[in-house]
Amino acid sequence: MSQSRDKSGEQVVLGREHAPETTAGHHGLEWEEPLLFELDSAGRAGVDLPEVGLEKNRLGGLERRRPIGLPGLSEPQVVRHFVRLSRKNYAIDAGIYPLGSCTMKHNPRLNEKLARLPGFAEAHPMQPAETVQGALELIDTLAHWLKTLTGMPAVAMSPAAGAQGELCGLMAIRAALEHAGDARQVVLVPESAHGTNPATAAICGYQVEAIPGNGRGRVDLAQIEARLDTDVAAIMITNPNTCGLFEYDINRIAEAVHGAGGYVYCDGANFNAIVGLVRPGDLGIDCMHINLHKTFSTPHGGGGPGSGPVVFSEALAPFVPLPYVVHGADGYRLVEHRDQEPGAALSFGRLKAFHGQMGMFIRALAYMLSHGSDGLRQVAEDAVLNANYVLARLKDVMTPSYEGPCMHEVLFDDGFLKDTGVSTLDFAKAMIDEGVHPMTMYFPLVVHGAMLIEPTESESRHSLDQFIAIMRRLAEDAKAGRVERFHGAPFYSPRRRLDEVRAARQPVLRWSAPTAEAAE
Amino acid sequence: MSSIRYTQDHEWLRLDGGTATCGITDYAQEQLGDVVFVELPQVGASYAAGDEAAVVESVKAAAEVYAPIAGKIAAVNDAIVNDPSLVNGDPMGEGWFFQITPDDAAEIESLMDENAYKTFTEGLG
Amino acid sequence: MRYLPHTEAERQALLAVVGAGAIAELYVDVPAEARLEGLLDLPPHQGELEVERRLAALAAKNLTAASAPSFIGAGAYRHHVPAAVDHLIQRSEFLTAYTPYQPEVSQGTLQYLFEFQTQVALLTQMEVANASMYDGASACGEAVLMAARVTKRNKVVLSGGLHPHYRDVTVTMTGFSDFRIDARPADLDGSEDLSALADEATACVVVQNPDVFGRPHDLRPLARAAQAKGALLVVAVTEVVSLGALLPPGAMGADIVIAEGQSLGNALGFGGPYLGLFATRQRFVRQTPGRLCGETVDVEGRRGYVLTLSTREQHIRREKATSNICTNSGLCSLAFTIHLALLGEEGFRRLARLNHARALTLADAVNEVEGAEVLNRSFFNEFTVRLAKPAAEVVSAMAERGILAGVPAARLFPEADGAEDLLLLAATETNTEAEIAAFTEALQEVLS
Repeated sequence: MSQSRDKSGEQVVLGREHAPETTAGHHGLEWEEPLLFELDSAGRAGVDLPEVGLEKNRLGGLERRRPIGLPGLSEPQVVRHFVRLSRKNYAIDAGIYPLGSCTMKHNPRLNEKLARLPGFAEAHPMQPAETVQGALELIDTLAHWLKTLTGMPAVAMSPAAGAQGELCGLMAIRAALEHAGDARQVVLVPESAHGTNPATAAICGYQVEAIPGNGRGRVDLAQIEARLDTDVAAIMITNPNTCGLFEYDINRIAEAVHGAGGYVYCDGANFNAIVGLVRPGDLGIDCMHINLHKTFSTPHGGGGPGSGPVVFSEALAPFVPLPYVVHGADGYRLVEHRDQEPGAALSFGRLKAFHGQMGMFIRALAYMLSHGSDGLRQVAEDAVLNANYVLARLKDVMTPSYEGPCMHEVLFDDGFLKDTGVSTLDFAKAMIDEGVHPMTMYFPLVVHGAMLIEPTESESRHSLDQFIAIMRRLAEDAKAGRVERFHGAPFYSPRRRLDEVRAARQPVLRWSAPTAEAAE
Repeated sequence: MSSIRYTQDHEWLRLDGGTATCGITDYAQEQLGDVVFVELPQVGASYAAGDEAAVVESVKAAAEVYAPIAGKIAAVNDAIVNDPSLVNGDPMGEGWFFQITPDDAAEIESLMDENAYKTFTEGLG
Repeated sequence: MRYLPHTEAERQALLAVVGAGAIAELYVDVPAEARLEGLLDLPPHQGELEVERRLAALAAKNLTAASAPSFIGAGAYRHHVPAAVDHLIQRSEFLTAYTPYQPEVSQGTLQYLFEFQTQVALLTQMEVANASMYDGASACGEAVLMAARVTKRNKVVLSGGLHPHYRDVTVTMTGFSDFRIDARPADLDGSEDLSALADEATACVVVQNPDVFGRPHDLRPLARAAQAKGALLVVAVTEVVSLGALLPPGAMGADIVIAEGQSLGNALGFGGPYLGLFATRQRFVRQTPGRLCGETVDVEGRRGYVLTLSTREQHIRREKATSNICTNSGLCSLAFTIHLALLGEEGFRRLARLNHARALTLADAVNEVEGAEVLNRSFFNEFTVRLAKPAAEVVSAMAERGILAGVPAARLFPEADGAEDLLLLAATETNTEAEIAAFTEALQEVLS
């Protein structure tokens, strides 16, 4: 405590208004950190490598002579640089991340340890199959878990992330239809869908048509039935959907789409709500991508890497991409070319170099083995319970967009902020000051100022109660007209609100060495 | 009485002699937020009414700008390419997008006049 | 279950607040026939020790570079990653952070992405780079899609020296749009000349440098020939360490450079996760796929970073997006950034020279083996060898002797005549003289 004595000798606590401006902009344990390029010393390195001359070389006369421009730093400087940067990041390990549709659950460290076992980490993807039987068995084992959990007979392991998984699913559908001589042009996508869905359909050469909701947060079955025709290749549905609700008409939707000769693609981003309790294969789904970095705990790593395996029905199984693992009498093999075996002849092709995101497979399998069938079921139940608890404790001060219980995430809109002068964005920035990461904002687009909250099963009651208390206080402050705390937010984060307009109007996407004139 | 006409996609059109100057309305620029980028058509290109002629981007949205009537592009406003903020600051004046030589000037009559557009935007809430 | 915080008592208490008697009531919308009554036929939960044992047993069934001399390249390369890299990427705030959509609490991620983008631009000698893609092969497909957007043309020429995975992924990614892909036959003898193939309908010509057979090329004449017809030159680099010794694509006239970044910071890991690098000219930046991190200021005027030009992306543009990509390679790009920060200009150039020196030693040793002949006139750290026996047999025999001896070209090019005898071999700074000696001794045995 900053204390001094006043004239009468009484102790006085000095308020924070006396806090000084600091020399380098550091504030206690929070540091301002320049770019690597601004810490440079020519000739310095953070590694010790032997020097070799290359007077005799076979580079074909194509040597790189001019300096690259990379900065040189010692190891202590590099470590300090990235440690200081890390402290400017929010992280699941530090606090709740209530991001709807992201499933920000705990990332177990056991998974990190096992992914780094030299027997996995040092295996080259192009080794002969007989030298990597353990790696191939792991992929096959994970594939088995995914097929069993989803009730689907086939799985493609190679897609690198959810969006690539969507591409995989739609490409298989298109390949299947073309193989049957029934190429179609249209894909139906609910209005509430994630933006990757229509983008993926467009890349596959389809025209995208949006199907509106039925007013109760689900896609409108009657509208689907009315639109179905011989030009509809597929519907892309998310279930549970992006409003956090189970599509109760899913079986009838699947029936209708199949009846019209189309396929049902399911975006599996929200699988966490039903894993171990419901199998998509029992809902009429033809293919579904699974986000290992959502449901199966592989870390988000600041934006990646992900992994998006896709499960397939019998009808689509012949079209899965290359390569895939097969288990025969002589062990495990990789099928990499269409003429390697009859089952590969109809594959739509390759989506990625090598075989898939092996590092994420190891982590996801470790997670699945740790939870088991009983634990995974409990994951879904706790996830749904936590979201409903949040709904129950916030519905009197915020506006839930739909009636009834939610699944693993709950959707609110900005109705409760009407006439307060506070937007969803302002509300989110104020959450940052309160020490929690904002929820997903402005998605889905079907409600105004959407706030999609997914606590996940990793949050304890204590954590949920604190989150709820924060949200209640913010809702109260908004209604009481305390707009400054919203309009000025965030106040406490390493940076305050950033000028995104300037970044887009005058894009500066890299550091550049100052020119000679500028230096003068 | 203003000679400006409006479309349901929030484009405006003003006939000046033989060419029609077009842009996006104040309602549109407000919905978009700060404009960061515009993509204009080629001079000489022909469009039917309702064809996508230009693109306008803000930080949070990207929107198509459609040709209000059929015609050929006579000129484009490079000023807004260099300074997109003109679209927000003066959408009906300096923030114009392109000038189009109409195939059939009579088509303009089928667009909304100022009162009709005002009623239309009020109905959007 | 150690990852689940709730006790049974807590669950009951929460249910009471929710107003439900049992959790099943919250699943009311699920069709009754689809609700699973019992547990699925999968093992129950296990403790850490059991899970470790199970996976360690699988790991032990692999023969890897950890215990065997390895000379495999073909698009992924074994390099030594300094200990500090793996330690730093496992910091909670990097490992368990989300995509930086709330920039005020993501400046750690955003600043390193800005540094990464700068590093990639410098290495490739291009003006601007994105924040990474899934891998080199998908980046190649994205480059072709971008070239089509920029030129408004749909004819594409793919070099026979391009890694076949990159070729196949590009074909897949363009397969359902209106493209004419001319995938040239495998350039086994290096005689390919693409300069006459670019015409007024060509969107881009795609080449790899060094090519899949290890040969570096002077791409300047091809760049001129393509650009004279208004086509773009796309250059793929599968071994980024080569950029420490060879003339970069940006200095040879490339319009788009894509690369596999795995060599820096990232273990081989049996094929993934890796990271795709993507760099291009400033004037094409709005057509660029993937995330972009840009510099700006906050309301107090302090420099900061944000994801920018997002309107190209799927979450806004939806069906008109430049790509459907949502994730980048996050942590892999951080590992790259840190490794390259430790290397610096000096270290990176030394690393490149060391790689070439090792490859020279290996090539000289191989040429001494009867029945083996190095075909390359020039190479960086990978080259092609013609063997007196089918390469696939040789590789298997070498594996039995505990040596991972490269990749048979026929595995990559099963359709190419004359590929059966060809072997792709790579050497890096991790290969010692002793390993090279063991390799040549074993190879001599196998070939005689």
